[in-house]
Amino acid sequence: MPVLTLSNAINTGLRRVLEDHPKSIVMGQDVGSLGGVFRVTNGLQKDFGTDRVIDTPLAESSIVGTAIGLALRGYRPVCEIQFDGFVYPAFNQIVSQLAKIRARSDGRLCLPVVIRIPVGGGIGAVEHHSESNEAYFTHTAGLRVVCCSNPLDGHWMLRQAASGSDPVIFYEPKRRYWDKAEVSESAGTERVLPLHKARIVRAGSDLTLLTYGGMVQTCLQAAEAAVEDGRSIEVIDIRSLSPLDLETITASVEKTGRCVVVHEAPVFGGFGAEIGSAVTERVFYRLLAPVLRVGGFDTPYPPAKFEDQYLPDLDRVLDAVDRSFAW
Amino acid sequence: MNPVQLLDIDGELRPHPDWPLDVTPGLCRDFYRRMRLARQFDQEAQTLQRQGELGLWVQSLGQEAAQVGSVTAMRSTDYVFPSYREHAAALCRGITPAELLIQWRGNRHSGWDPDRYRFHIYTLVLAAQLPHATGYAMGVQRDGADEVVLAYFGDGASSEGDANEAFNWAAAADVPLLFFCQNNQWAISTPVRTQMRAPLHQRARGFGLDAHVVDGNDVLAVHAVTSGVAQRLRAGMGPAFIEALTYRIAGHSTSDDPGRYRTDSELDSWRARDPIGRLKRLLDKQGWADKAFHTEVDEECRTLAATARSVCRDLPLSDFSAVFDTVMAEPTSLLAGQRRQYLEFVDSFED
Repeated sequence: MPVLTLSNAINTGLRRVLEDHPKSIVMGQDVGSLGGVFRVTNGLQKDFGTDRVIDTPLAESSIVGTAIGLALRGYRPVCEIQFDGFVYPAFNQIVSQLAKIRARSDGRLCLPVVIRIPVGGGIGAVEHHSESNEAYFTHTAGLRVVCCSNPLDGHWMLRQAASGSDPVIFYEPKRRYWDKAEVSESAGTERVLPLHKARIVRAGSDLTLLTYGGMVQTCLQAAEAAVEDGRSIEVIDIRSLSPLDLETITASVEKTGRCVVVHEAPVFGGFGAEIGSAVTERVFYRLLAPVLRVGGFDTPYPPAKFEDQYLPDLDRVLDAVDRSFAW
Repeated sequence: MNPVQLLDIDGELRPHPDWPLDVTPGLCRDFYRRMRLARQFDQEAQTLQRQGELGLWVQSLGQEAAQVGSVTAMRSTDYVFPSYREHAAALCRGITPAELLIQWRGNRHSGWDPDRYRFHIYTLVLAAQLPHATGYAMGVQRDGADEVVLAYFGDGASSEGDANEAFNWAAAADVPLLFFCQNNQWAISTPVRTQMRAPLHQRARGFGLDAHVVDGNDVLAVHAVTSGVAQRLRAGMGPAFIEALTYRIAGHSTSDDPGRYRTDSELDSWRARDPIGRLKRLLDKQGWADKAFHTEVDEECRTLAATARSVCRDLPLSDFSAVFDTVMAEPTSLLAGQRRQYLEFVDSFED
């Protein structure tokens, strides 16, 4: 089984999408001869041609807008937005057009469009290159929102997202692009889950850490460190933010009685609030402590030299774990 | 650049060397009939709104020539992206009064099957349909299909980023797309002079589009120019732009009050250039339409108005629970759960 970085695993996923679906198209800024700024589309234009791997003008709104038009014509575009902070010019096309055209057309039109977005911090980037804007899109009816955390999921979730019939916002944690793992490309692999299923990445009995994307590794490290304190922590990689696999989440918290949600995005009005509320509604009498949240602060993403203080890390996750146990 | 005109306001034919058109009595009668029907329907919808039968209406009054002349120059297989005031074009494509009215009654967001009529649903966020048209044309290009794409928008929409992105992208990608701007002089209360310095057709040329300007109240000129441009597009000569100079005789919508921002004399000057009156003068002068024809058109208009009135009141309204079913192609637990909870909540009130 090949060992691939997350970047390469998504690349091979895109390659399979282009092979499996003759109408699929990869499009975005610099996705052609450069292979994308993170090399996720490396070599695709050479092998599939400029009609199917399209270097677009630098116009995010129209990257999504033309993808909608291509989808109306029967194509299946997978768009790349170069960085998380560059998606805002495309906001209207995503929120009012891509997400709503199916409902606006009374279900007659269907838009199988995937929008890949490298997301989050941890790479020492300049402003607008480290944002976590998932809550904007989970709040929008008509979109599926998923976030991979490792090479196997990067490969398979991309293939699943690109095989569906609905628009998907596909987040890729850019700090994990260089993480390596074994990736099987054959279908039926045991570890491959349906797109909208959460994954229990570490079993435990005393507290549930709910997280996704770049924070999954951080939470796994925190869970390992907590063993020293005699705490058995379960870590769940949510993977799909919308729709959300509440079944897996609820079952875990019902078992552990404690729950901490961890994400890079600012906490106020963030996705963690949705999880906290949903968990509380479902397992209120099983909770031994309130659902706690660890995330970015409600400031703009800080200059690179401060991102270690801004982003949740091992210590901040463990601090929340301590607070939960101390309740 | 003077706008192309083939029929002056007195109803005199002015043949143009660059834009030949075989002006036959049959063609002129057909345009006249289509424009009369469109105006009748528009006025009936306006009345229905005033009677409380529609929530809102946006009149196409005065823009019949721009729409009828252009859409009839395309093949029925050519896909059209309208904005939201293209009722005359929609009627030409065979879209029914019921299908046109249902959106404005508030029963649905759109009324027709876009594939059936090759006519997309209305787009109310200005210019958002122009990148869609560009992408659709990229698909046509990849399919090697013998089709071109027509996209309608207005002078107001031309200020949007999406419009300018689409002009640029379509030109760079060399797609078979015709941008058709109905410059009706007013974006709600904002006149063209406040919106832009360079004329639209001039701006379009800067993007590398084959741009033309036409008297938008002259159905013959609109038809001749659109036909010629569509032919060039089909021959692979690159995307094009037509600016049709016309006028929004009515307010922006039934909620608007144009008396607050424009003068009666301006309105009068445009009424004198009315597209239907102008064509009628031609028909009368040439003796191309007899009394029987006019009686027939009048009767058709009366029938259309009656149809609009009767279908409007009977437009179907589905149960609210149907809104959960059209959001996603594949069902989700979230929507299925909310739909179930809603129905249980409703049921809880029943004895």
